[in-house]
Amino acid sequence: MSKLSQKHLLGIKDITRDDIELIFETADTFKEVLNRPIRKVPSLRDVTIANIFFENSTRTRLSFELAEKRLSADVINFSASNSSVKKGETLLDTVNNILAMKVDMVVIRHASPGAPHYLARHINANIVNAGDGTHEHPTQALLDTYSIRERLGSVSGKKVAIIGDILHSRVALSNIFALQKMGAKVMVCGPPTLLPKFIGQLGVQVEFDVRKALQWCDVANVLRIQLERQQIKYFPSLREYSLYYGIDRKMLDELQKPVVLMHPGPINRGVEISSDAADSPHSIILDQVENGVAIRMAVLYLLAARP
Amino acid sequence: MQKKLILDSNLLDITVSRLCQQLIENHNTFSDTVIIGMQPRGIFLAELIHKRLEKDTKSNIPLGYLDVTFHRDDFRRRDEPILPRENRIPFIIEGKNVVLVDDVLFTGRTVRAAMDALIAFGRPEKVELLVMIDRKYNRELPIAPDYVGRTVNTLASQRVLVELQAQGHKQNKIWLINKD
Repeated sequence: MSKLSQKHLLGIKDITRDDIELIFETADTFKEVLNRPIRKVPSLRDVTIANIFFENSTRTRLSFELAEKRLSADVINFSASNSSVKKGETLLDTVNNILAMKVDMVVIRHASPGAPHYLARHINANIVNAGDGTHEHPTQALLDTYSIRERLGSVSGKKVAIIGDILHSRVALSNIFALQKMGAKVMVCGPPTLLPKFIGQLGVQVEFDVRKALQWCDVANVLRIQLERQQIKYFPSLREYSLYYGIDRKMLDELQKPVVLMHPGPINRGVEISSDAADSPHSIILDQVENGVAIRMAVLYLLAARP
Repeated sequence: MQKKLILDSNLLDITVSRLCQQLIENHNTFSDTVIIGMQPRGIFLAELIHKRLEKDTKSNIPLGYLDVTFHRDDFRRRDEPILPRENRIPFIIEGKNVVLVDDVLFTGRTVRAAMDALIAFGRPEKVELLVMIDRKYNRELPIAPDYVGRTVNTLASQRVLVELQAQGHKQNKIWLINKD
């Protein structure tokens, strides 16, 4: 197997375990490339990629752009805040206009779930979902799972707790799919108001006590409280959330066992995680960022191989 | 499917010896020379030659593996993409004499990619090419080997199969196969 089963990366739900393993193996070789004196290969030199971001992003956009440039692709960037979208252009028109300039691949982030799927049906280019609303964020889940594999040797059989705002998190959903496909056991933990009602149907355990979740897991993936997506109050105050669900160094030390700490960023220090925990040796937060470039190179490379 | 033996284990052994002698003639003590085998199949031949050279010259010679997948010119032009392999060049090639080793030289495109890939690790003083089998009349690029085990006249429709013990075969053998 050296080919992905899909032409697009819209979500982890659509890809197979073989696909994920192929992406990981390819990412291994790109990681080696990124540690060379010359961190660039010419594979995608005849490919043009448009990064279309309708939502704010720092890490993901930089990571994609770097991955594209390391593969020698031509890159154009677009963000909704300073574009004609403000003047009333539709999504399809915007993207078709960009494609008319001969673009081969589109990396898209959009606030509406399903926006990348809609594009995949209507335009002829490889689409990579860089986050669609509260739905999926596949490359983040791939790099999270890859980072667990790197730190613990394998993913199969490992216990992973996803802690925080599950309701508004696309990272959580993609992670659940990816981890389960790779054979890990998954638990979600957060205040009842921030857990989707039927989340148990995905085959995950549900826990409301963060200490019990930490005691159970090998890996804790801590998510940010997404205040920008919350139109109503889900908990009394950030201080109260932090009191009940914030993770600090003392809690980790009391566990008497190693727990790998992850966070997809951006971190709200002192809310979901304290500085002494985020900067502790338990944390692989910066490894996640480093692996993000290698994973995105692998995804773009493998998708470009099937034009 | 017809199979014709090009080199049996005895002849292959003699050929490897000769190639090693030629290398020693040109590189003396190998103080500034490194051997790099090309992934995926050239590495076994490179290991074989490297082992013999270290024994004959009683010196330590750096050995590396080079993967050219990301530098190939047929990406997006073939149905099945090639799976990348490991690059392992744990030494500096800047200013060194590099001997690239592969089992079969055919169109020359892999060697072109290898030269491109190699430059990403530094600027070698000199690059030479050693191949076990040189398939005549099939070159698509102006590339010629410096050391050749055996030159073979082949048709594009034929295939050369190298079986080495290091790859898990019983005996070292090289075959010419008619694909039909």
